[in-house]
Amino acid sequence: MGEAMTFKIKVNDVEHEVDVDSDIPLLWVLRDVLGMTGTKFGCGRALCGACTVHVNGMPMRSCVMPVGDLGESSVTTIEAIGDTPIGEELQKAWLDLEVVQCGYCQSGQIMSAAALLASTPEPTDHDIDTAMAGNICRCGTYVRIREAIKQVAQTSQGD
Amino acid sequence: MSIRVRDDTQSANLSRRGFLRASVAAGGGLLIAFSLPSRLVDARETIEAESFSPDGFIRIDPYGRVTVIVPQVEMGQGTFTSCPMLIAEELEVALSEIQTEQAPPDGALYSNSLIGSQVTGGSTSIRAFYEPLRKAGATAREMLIAAAATTWSVEPSSCRAESGNVIHEPSGRKLGYGALAEKAAMVPVPEEVALKEPSAFKLIGTPAKRLDTPDKVNGKTIYGIDAKVPGMKIATLAICPVFGGKLKGVDASKALQIKNVLQVVQTADTVAVVATNMGAAKKGLAALEIEWDAGPNAKLTTSDIVADMAKASEADGVLVRHEGDVPKALEDASQTLEAIYEVPFLAHTTMEPLNCTVHVREEGCDIWVGTQVIGRAQAVAAELTGLPPEKVVVHNHMLGGGFGRRLEVDFIAKAVEIAKQVDGPVKLIWSREEDIQHDLYRPSFYDRLHAGLDSDGMPVAWSHRICGSSVIARWASPAFKDGYDFDTVDGALEMPYAIPNVRLQYVRHEPPGIPTGFWRSVGPSHNIFVVESFIDECAAAANKDPLEYRRALLAKAPRALAVLELAAEKAGWGEKLPERSGRGIAVQNVFASFMAQVAEVEVSKSGEANVKRVTCAVDCGVVINPNTIEAQVQSAIVYGLSAALFDEITLKDGRVEQSNFHDYRALHMNEMPSIDIHIVKSDEAPGGMGEPGTSALVPAVFNAVYAATGVRLRRPPLKADHLKV
Repeated sequence: MGEAMTFKIKVNDVEHEVDVDSDIPLLWVLRDVLGMTGTKFGCGRALCGACTVHVNGMPMRSCVMPVGDLGESSVTTIEAIGDTPIGEELQKAWLDLEVVQCGYCQSGQIMSAAALLASTPEPTDHDIDTAMAGNICRCGTYVRIREAIKQVAQTSQGD
Repeated sequence: MSIRVRDDTQSANLSRRGFLRASVAAGGGLLIAFSLPSRLVDARETIEAESFSPDGFIRIDPYGRVTVIVPQVEMGQGTFTSCPMLIAEELEVALSEIQTEQAPPDGALYSNSLIGSQVTGGSTSIRAFYEPLRKAGATAREMLIAAAATTWSVEPSSCRAESGNVIHEPSGRKLGYGALAEKAAMVPVPEEVALKEPSAFKLIGTPAKRLDTPDKVNGKTIYGIDAKVPGMKIATLAICPVFGGKLKGVDASKALQIKNVLQVVQTADTVAVVATNMGAAKKGLAALEIEWDAGPNAKLTTSDIVADMAKASEADGVLVRHEGDVPKALEDASQTLEAIYEVPFLAHTTMEPLNCTVHVREEGCDIWVGTQVIGRAQAVAAELTGLPPEKVVVHNHMLGGGFGRRLEVDFIAKAVEIAKQVDGPVKLIWSREEDIQHDLYRPSFYDRLHAGLDSDGMPVAWSHRICGSSVIARWASPAFKDGYDFDTVDGALEMPYAIPNVRLQYVRHEPPGIPTGFWRSVGPSHNIFVVESFIDECAAAANKDPLEYRRALLAKAPRALAVLELAAEKAGWGEKLPERSGRGIAVQNVFASFMAQVAEVEVSKSGEANVKRVTCAVDCGVVINPNTIEAQVQSAIVYGLSAALFDEITLKDGRVEQSNFHDYRALHMNEMPSIDIHIVKSDEAPGGMGEPGTSALVPAVFNAVYAATGVRLRRPPLKADHLKV
């Protein structure tokens, strides 16, 4: 049982106070309490990556992250990733290369890709596989996801 | 979404002209509807004259904004781009200027002519709407031209349409569609309009940018699961884990003490926890003490089902096709082969788990959902609430994947049953576990094959007996006729191969309890695997190259032959590969598209299959958007690979044993083969593209495994145990 109290959490540089048990996953706080539905539910067990957000810049599966564990951490979601240069370039590449089909997993894909490029600006295929293997896409957009990540990596090299 | 306001005085006369209807849309403007030239027209004629529906395919407002009301739903396959492309081509507007809107439930107006109702499925969207949508665009264009000609008092033939304007060539005068819209709505609807020849297409055939994707990369797109309704509660459910079982009792006392849990709701076989957020609802569900009545299927296992099918398949079935004399040809053959093929139950696992938001009130009901069957969604809610259908409003959303799962309304019915007990709107979200364990599964099949080869090793007799469930018999029962349906035999009935004696039988066998449904590539998902594997066996028995063998049988099937040869050439067929590597090929004609795939597979000594490369050639007739076709083929291949390599739904004690993505796998990026897709240029009528890639992939991979190892596997998924050295 989680301890009942209100929490202050920082999402996309905005502080929110939420009244939920401490063990409620961040995913549901984002979606149902804060109304930020860009982060998606796919499996509830950190098996598909659809719920990926950044916590202090690190990619995390919000479906298994108890809100009580966040503390002072800063959460970034798909709604704000376009404010970062990498996020903006990824979103552009996703559209340039027509990555998206149903689109449901793409919030998580872009969040994982953004974290990858932030830590590894010139990823190899192996780096991409390692970073992205946990993000399932049932539409099978993997070929174009890989191309889009590479396109951003190459563009950024010239910056 | 804007609201269309109808103007009966102006529209009634036009509506009686049948076929095409125009009216002044909201705030003045042209709304044009093309209705399908079928029995549905008659059905609508009987509706009272005043019941003119304001819904059409095109709306042009006085500002020149063009909205396309898309009759099909968007679940990733690109209809929200390809349907507008068909209209834009003839209407002469830039695709980027078009806004899209989902058509509401209106079977008369938006029925898919290949299915006979308002359904998105079976790879039919383009096939069904290729002509109607171009006609709608051309008709609107001609009416706009007529309106401009009247304004200028010139001959319509001296005017032309371009980029949302009508231009009078001799004088250079120009009027935008917005300025003409109101007047165009008064123009008599032309009886006939000429459509462009494919050679004149400017937009169709180009890799036009998708219209639905910009908001899918920033989290703004609202899927059904994202619906937000004021006062909405969130619920999650547990359904009796045994198919056919019931809820016996539940102790909700602990759950109701959990913060933000509001209510526990019961139906005959389900218990749901209603909360203010899904986290609390899940926590509440876990705290319930539930007692189930497992019912008649309490001991059901997969092996029982297979054993029953095996037995049922021993007897003759309904004769679906018989050409020549198969028994005699088998008797006369130089060599005969027999084999049993099986396919397992499969779940859909759309990325967006099942969900549906419902607000039931005394006077009406609202449904927020992503469905492939808007009309059925409305109908089931009307039935369960006792409301007339017109009091049920279905707000359809983007679908986070469909693959056939959202052709069913079971999850909508469940949400309505629960919502009836909840004050205010409630969003019901299924856990992934419930989504997998209460799917309507791709049926399991048990097929018996028998072939006779002549002295050259070529097939002279082919006998195929299919045994398994008919989805159609439940889903569209009138289409189950004479003991079979077109879908269950699709891919086996019209093989492209020239074989003189062919017999196809069907033995219907419904597994007890376990519900079956349409799954991407439907009937062919099973039949193409069987046919393309067994023809490969014939080639092997004849000691012939699988490509050459097929080629010899396709002399009278030029489109199939062309894709076969193209795929083989691009794949480097015949080039040497390392040890325990092989290429497999498959060719098919299903969904009115021709496709061949070559898979290259390497099998490790421990039996793990690594699919390294897939080469695909496709002839789908006229290409609407090559970028979408490539995407759909990639998508269908990945979907097929998950099934070929990993997946099956099994039962033990009446319960599905798989529960989430760890034991019902989806291919991951690091497991991806390289994929090359080659599109054949063609002026033939467009074929379906959402599904063919899945059915062709599985036999191509299995045939490659045979080429690599000499082991013929006749039941997906691949099992390393069967392939290790």
